Amino acid sequence: MNEVCFKNIDKENPSSLATYEGSGGYSVWRKILHGELSPEAILGELKTSGLRGRGGAGFPTGLKWSFMPRNQDGQKYVVCNSDEGEPGTCKDRDILRFNPHSVIEGMAIAGYVMGATVGYNYIRGEFMEPYYRFEEALKEAYDAGLLGHDIGDSEVNFDLHTHLGAGAYICGEETALLESLEGKKGQPRFKPPFPANVGLYGMPTTINNTESFASVPDILARGGQWFADLGVPNSGGCKLFSVTGHVTKPANFEIPMGTPFSELLEMAGGLREGRTLKAVIPGGSSTPVLPADDAMKMTMDYDSIEQVGSMLGAGSVIVMDDTTCMVAALTRLAHFYYDESCGQCTPCREGTGWMYRVLKRIMDGQGKMEDLDLLMSVQDKIMGNTICALGDAAAMPVESFIRHFRHEFEYYIKHGKSMVLAHPKQI
Amino acid sequence: MISEQAKQQIDTWVAKYPAGCQSSAVMEALKIVQAENDGSLTSELIQAVADYLEMPVISVHEVATFYENYNHKPVGKYVIRFCHNISCMLNGADDLISYLETKTGVKTGEVSEDGLVSVKKVECLGACVGAPMFQIGDQYYENLTQQKIDEILDGLRSEVK
Repeated sequence: MNEVCFKNIDKENPSSLATYEGSGGYSVWRKILHGELSPEAILGELKTSGLRGRGGAGFPTGLKWSFMPRNQDGQKYVVCNSDEGEPGTCKDRDILRFNPHSVIEGMAIAGYVMGATVGYNYIRGEFMEPYYRFEEALKEAYDAGLLGHDIGDSEVNFDLHTHLGAGAYICGEETALLESLEGKKGQPRFKPPFPANVGLYGMPTTINNTESFASVPDILARGGQWFADLGVPNSGGCKLFSVTGHVTKPANFEIPMGTPFSELLEMAGGLREGRTLKAVIPGGSSTPVLPADDAMKMTMDYDSIEQVGSMLGAGSVIVMDDTTCMVAALTRLAHFYYDESCGQCTPCREGTGWMYRVLKRIMDGQGKMEDLDLLMSVQDKIMGNTICALGDAAAMPVESFIRHFRHEFEYYIKHGKSMVLAHPKQI
Repeated sequence: MISEQAKQQIDTWVAKYPAGCQSSAVMEALKIVQAENDGSLTSELIQAVADYLEMPVISVHEVATFYENYNHKPVGKYVIRFCHNISCMLNGADDLISYLETKTGVKTGEVSEDGLVSVKKVECLGACVGAPMFQIGDQYYENLTQQKIDEILDGLRSEVK
């Protein structure tokens, strides 16, 4: 546990340069500055490591980096996505607070590999404590001569800046993030062209999640194979999991991929006394909900979670016990997507509103049995019909909640009240 | 319209972006002028930011209305932004929001008569392991209970005195 991103979390001043360097930090970056590590070697190790994008999509990081036209003339950019906002997810916040130098080093390495000399870390606007911590670390790195122009006469250049968001979930989508970074509304762009060809200010750009960047220095210091062996086939390494909801000790855990869910649940203190497990959302609110039996079968890796019918996503495990009203829970999630839809694509803009209003009608005791088919039909028409994944993210909870817990929805419609809670709160 | 001090702050953001890309600083510029205007924006301020960053006013208006962190009506000195998303909800956020409303006499979306507090329900603030939680200014308050809320409110009141 806690071998990569969290390895200094229990030390004094975990975010300081001294602590970071004391555990081998910046050794890879210094090798690069001394001309001892080629971009090709780095890409090779990353591919071996099996590191996949930690923001939720799970795209292989090494492969993503290899798409950048390294030798093309002109400015290129590296962007870190610290716009953490997926309900249930709070791991990047702790990386920024407790290990900011790993993000700086990871981004600098990425810049070197992809021929990008400028980086931006897009931090969500509410994360002010993480922002200050990251800014402090950035100043330390500049003062120590680790960043800037012609760093230590190496002819390597890398400048890094932070950018703050202003409250929009959609900006966690990489092309919406680029729009936002350019000072516009965060509305996703059509792909192709992909950011590696046309990104920030129209130049080649690669965007990775905070945890992905933070994992890179240790992978290169200890070897891709070492990292891969921590996990299981197709899910290399260890990963941060945020365990929240109905557990007695909610927390972030950095554990090997492939750890059984039952063990993770135990680490989080298990359920409250006298309660039984009802459902688990394994990867953040956008991933399908799983009934208890399916959840208890899964191990925490991409393939296993897919086999039981959901996704690993950002590793945000939301635990629900038998006191949870699934109608109320889904209505809350539906409200979230309705609120956060950027309004660009009709199926998502209109569909999220429809889904929320129909669910609200059920919660208000005005539901009709046909509403369940209507909800299924609306989610199906959003799914796959939007520019970005927010549409799918809004559809999947509706589909999975109704599929697995249809009886609760039917009960609510029939009786005008929850079969679980006496007075579920108005949403 | 924009103070010299605010202009200096905006300039430090403009300096982070390539020449000619000063519109990248618009989100911070709006926050800076909003803070100087007791926490809310006006169309005059939006126009002033547009002029300062040499942007079409409609583009600045789009940003000011797209993102959640901008207010277009006066707010309390302290804006309590209460998360009501799933992890906080499962840990009793709704009851605590009702409690907060009773304690402050302010409904969500409103400002207290003395102008001290406004309460806003917001979506996930990314501190789910500390649920239920809210934000005031730069600060997150986690693992909230009724007692903790009482202490925080007392703290705010004594800060003002």
